[in-house]
Amino acid sequence: MGQMIDMLCSGHAACPGCMEALSLRHVIAELGPDTVAVIPPSCLAIMAGPQPFSGLRIPVYQPTLESSAAAASGIRRALDVRGRKDTHVVALAGDGGTYDIGFQSLSSAAERNENILYVCFDNEGYMNTGAQKSSSTPHFARTSSTPAGKHSRKKNLTEIMAAHEIPYAATATPGYLDDLLQKVRKAKSMRGLRLITLLVPCLDGWGVPDHFGVGLSRLAVESGVFPLYEVEDGARYKLTGPGKTRPVADYLNVQRRYRDVDEAEVEQLQREVDAGWQRLLEKAKPC
Amino acid sequence: MSTKRVLLTGNHAAAWGARLARPKVVPVYPITPQTPVLELLTEFQAAGEFDAEILTPESEHSVMAACIPASLTGVRVFTATASQGLMLMHEVLHYAVGARAPIVMVNVNRTIGSPWAFWPDQTDSVAQRDTGWIQYYVENAQEALDTVIQAYRVAEGVSIPAMINLDAFYVSHALEPVAIPEQELVDAYLPPYRPAHFLEPGRNESWGNVVTQEMYYRHRRDIGAAMDRVPALAVEADRDWELATGRGWGAIERYRCEGAEIVIVTMGSMCGTARDAVDALREAGVAAGLVKVRLFRPLPSAALRKALAGARDVLVLDRNFSPGVGGVLHQELRAALYGMKSAPQVHGYLAGVGGVNVPPDRIVHFAREARASDAEPEPVWVK
Ligand SMILES: Cc1ncc(C[n+]2csc(CCOP(=O)(O)OP(=O)(O)O)c2C)c(N)n1
Ligand code: SF4
Ligand SMILES: [Mg+2]
Repeated sequence: MGQMIDMLCSGHAACPGCMEALSLRHVIAELGPDTVAVIPPSCLAIMAGPQPFSGLRIPVYQPTLESSAAAASGIRRALDVRGRKDTHVVALAGDGGTYDIGFQSLSSAAERNENILYVCFDNEGYMNTGAQKSSSTPHFARTSSTPAGKHSRKKNLTEIMAAHEIPYAATATPGYLDDLLQKVRKAKSMRGLRLITLLVPCLDGWGVPDHFGVGLSRLAVESGVFPLYEVEDGARYKLTGPGKTRPVADYLNVQRRYRDVDEAEVEQLQREVDAGWQRLLEKAKPC
Repeated sequence: MSTKRVLLTGNHAAAWGARLARPKVVPVYPITPQTPVLELLTEFQAAGEFDAEILTPESEHSVMAACIPASLTGVRVFTATASQGLMLMHEVLHYAVGARAPIVMVNVNRTIGSPWAFWPDQTDSVAQRDTGWIQYYVENAQEALDTVIQAYRVAEGVSIPAMINLDAFYVSHALEPVAIPEQELVDAYLPPYRPAHFLEPGRNESWGNVVTQEMYYRHRRDIGAAMDRVPALAVEADRDWELATGRGWGAIERYRCEGAEIVIVTMGSMCGTARDAVDALREAGVAAGLVKVRLFRPLPSAALRKALAGARDVLVLDRNFSPGVGGVLHQELRAALYGMKSAPQVHGYLAGVGGVNVPPDRIVHFAREARASDAEPEPVWVK
């Protein structure tokens, strides 16, 4: 990793043990000081504020919840005009701000292939407003707006964005930090719209103890729920993490948001994960 | 009739009002400080106590976009939002009025960005005054519950959507004893929604097709005529509610206005504080009163003229700010009183903008200050 330049200040207001804070720290350290960040309302915005303090040692623009990719595009173009083409523009947004309300502007920025890095901090719900469901919330998970469990499946952001044929789309999670940093480094070296879907277990929203974020992040990968991979130009798939080595139940059992799932639901989730893996393997097959 | 008395926040009281009104479609999106409304309704539904389709679209824009045609399909519709959510709905708020869809929506008044903040401020909803929504401002949790139910009566009576506004935290999160009326009482007060027109195969009715200038003109005029009927209808809906429950709120409320030389006029939670200030002023021998504007759109101008006749000074307290003009209620009231014989002079104070606290003794001070001076055309910033 070398010498890490810490650009996230201590004293921010994230929950103790928050995976999102840990990830933010590493992502911006990897991007370096020549970076402008766009952070919409989310737990990340809590870490970035409040006035007159700033949690980040780089300039931050906080847009409206639905407009991160459009805002990042505006900053990008203005920096270009000012001759700062090498300055990085990064959008750091939650899943609600990405999969849901911000999706229209993200899709449009991808179509224009804006030269920005978009990192979606995916904690699978609207945590800042008290853990309501988003379209990233997985099947059967309980949230405060799905008290009986969510009846529909999680949207697959990485695949949808790969289908825009953007230069780079990848998944990552802080439990595999080297993989995460490798991907940020790679994305940083490319131009055009690059997206990283970063799975960040939310201690409070998922119902796990403060010390368990990293372990849970690893379980998500090992159970095949969240495979680590990358896609270039929407075509070249590459698996970057360990394979699927555990049953999904190992992942579900440790989280309070799944406390009410029954056996049939666990089996269904297992089938969904298996099918997802199969599809991914097909795509990643060397031709 | 047995009534349950419980401690509820303004948000939960509003959710109870919605539950009792039996809407059938509820599209909704979370936002602080409204989210508890959404959460309680989903809990009611999960417990089998609330028979409605709840949908959680990707944004407030889609929430309102779903509300309108759901209403046009002939069912009662409810939603709730706040601040940025209301801002994002702006385009479709106009659309709802054009569609004559009597949706009822709770809005929790919160500052609008940028910068980000979460404090009570009514700029979000007063900025929607030209959309054609009926607007109520309520002072406490009980009034929130009662007004949601009354609003359906009025909205459905004229086919115009209605918004019930409650101040962030002061009303939305404050716990108060609330009487929850029996479902039968509400059912008798608010019969099922049966519109004359709705979208259904076989009926050959559509909505939204391009119209001529003449047809558009007529449509806007009709909306105006419907709005003109609202003040009387709101008073009637309130009187019937009072007969059924013993609680009436009025379209406007006059508090200790007998012989008042100075009358404070305001909306929402500020009314409670102003009431204390009026008591203190009266105690000190100052003939002061309060007029609470509960129905803000349409503005009950005739009732306001009557209520304020005879006062020398009117002090408007605006917890909102329209840059370049000042307080919106101040602007509205000046217009409403203009041309009135020996009209009172209207002082406009921007009090509580951004959620800053305005305690009763400050209002006492403002009232004394206003009485001692001529009204300025410009708004006065106070804290
Ligand atoms: C237009 C609009 N609607 C609603 C909100 C309220 N809001 C603020 S943060 C947030 C949740 C965002 O969730 P996500 O993007 O997943 O970030 P997280 O809080 O989980 O980090 C919501 C709904 C808002 N700021 N703007
Ligand atoms: S709610 Fe979850 S994501 Fe937000 S700060 Fe706490 S642990 Fe982190
Ligand atoms: Mg989230």
